[in-house]
Amino acid sequence: MDYNWNWGVLFEEPYLGWLVMGVQWTFAVAIAAWALALVVGILVGVGRTLPSRPIALVCTAYVELFRNVPLLLQMFLWYFVMPELVPDDMGRWIKRDMPNPEYVTAVIALGLYTASRVAEQVRAGIESVGTGLTNAAYANGFSVAQTYRYVLLPISFRLIVPPMTSEFLTIFKNSSLALTIGLLELTAQSQQIAEYTFNGFEAYTAATVIYVCIALVATLVMQVAERYTRIPGYMGSK
Amino acid sequence: MKKLSILMAGAAAMAVLGTTALAQDITSGRLGAIAERGSIVLGHRESSVPFAYLDENQNPVGYSIDLCMAVVAAVEETLGKDLEVQFVPVTPQTRIALMANGTIDLECGSTTNNLTRQEQVEYLPVTFITGTKILTRKDSGIASVDDLDGKTIALAQGTTNERAIKAAVEERGLDVRILPVKDHAEGMLTLETDRVDAYSTDHILLHGLIQKSRTPDDFAVVGDFLSYDPYALMIPRNESDFELVGKRALAALFRSGEIGEIYERWFGPMGVEQSDLLQASFQLNALPE
Repeated sequence: MDYNWNWGVLFEEPYLGWLVMGVQWTFAVAIAAWALALVVGILVGVGRTLPSRPIALVCTAYVELFRNVPLLLQMFLWYFVMPELVPDDMGRWIKRDMPNPEYVTAVIALGLYTASRVAEQVRAGIESVGTGLTNAAYANGFSVAQTYRYVLLPISFRLIVPPMTSEFLTIFKNSSLALTIGLLELTAQSQQIAEYTFNGFEAYTAATVIYVCIALVATLVMQVAERYTRIPGYMGSK
Repeated sequence: MKKLSILMAGAAAMAVLGTTALAQDITSGRLGAIAERGSIVLGHRESSVPFAYLDENQNPVGYSIDLCMAVVAAVEETLGKDLEVQFVPVTPQTRIALMANGTIDLECGSTTNNLTRQEQVEYLPVTFITGTKILTRKDSGIASVDDLDGKTIALAQGTTNERAIKAAVEERGLDVRILPVKDHAEGMLTLETDRVDAYSTDHILLHGLIQKSRTPDDFAVVGDFLSYDPYALMIPRNESDFELVGKRALAALFRSGEIGEIYERWFGPMGVEQSDLLQASFQLNALPE
């Protein structure tokens, strides 16, 4: 291999600034999308377990739709196709006047996609609590709302913290797909550095190291959360 | 008659000996590696009309591919053996890295030869000359880069054009919103869906995009050249023997005028004539043996 290595390029301006900008956008997309994914995912996940058939059906349809279409394609559909389907004036506003259209689109696409995965975790958590406790709650005269509020949700939310950790990590990695709709997050910025300096190997190595660091920090945070949310007597708790 | 055939046989023997002697000299380096593999790997673009793109059977074709095949023929002749040709698709983001790490032997696309890139790769003589221009709707009121003030332009990430437009905008102190896109196809899509007012890349590629669009009459290529982009086939760095074979092959095309036929085959249908500058460049590189 005949390659001129130059690690110094990563610490020169403007390239260092680009990497920092990229990390900021990556966090901005991932955190906002995670908030959206939690809200929608919990609602849909709970909906799938409700006794009401129509609600459960709608929620199941949502999960199947968003889980089975590749995220890259979803980004593309939200960005290019959706504005063409709404009324002209609104489409024009989305394309031209909406502040940060790439960012907003990326957050919506990533958030709704991840919501379908969060919903599955929530549903699995609720179902794993078992029918025994649910029936006991009903036998004690709890309404459906009370059963969820006092029995199902407190237990299942604590059960699903570990699998949610990997979803949280995944959302950071998936945020890199936002580069396909023109958001200059970390991967896009390292691509750009490669293009300006032709030191591609260094630029991508830097991005790789940064992603690993983000993942390690996120894992540590979630480990602390896991320790505090363990239910004594359940699997994995001491 | 007999004398003649003996002479011919002698000449043939000399030729064979000559090439084998040569083949032994170049066992080091890329030519040696190609000989050992028995195959040559061509990196090619998939949507750079008419330089390198996929035809309806998904085979790479185009002006740069034809020139690459002439180089491949010269390499076969030098090594005295037939080679298997392997095609590897490349993008603007991957082409330099794949060349630098030895994955591809020759890149056939629409790559600008510039000095920064030459820190990592090498180029054969210039095969086409173009530059950055602006593609816009005819009714957009944009006639030059100055008219972009307050407008939005899409630019493909990782192209020399991206830098040329940014530099021109900065120099003039204009307020232009830039939308980074993945490739030419996506840039054209943002323009067609009215998400942006303009798209910019090499003028020849813009004409190709207009030709392929559903409504070619709506678009126009405007303004002056904002950059000088000489295209060339890309080869690995520090490979003088391999480079010489490539230069030889291209010089033969330039000398014999065969370049004119190849050019006509790909650019004739687009109605793009050889510019004076390009003709001069062909003549300059038509080096004598």
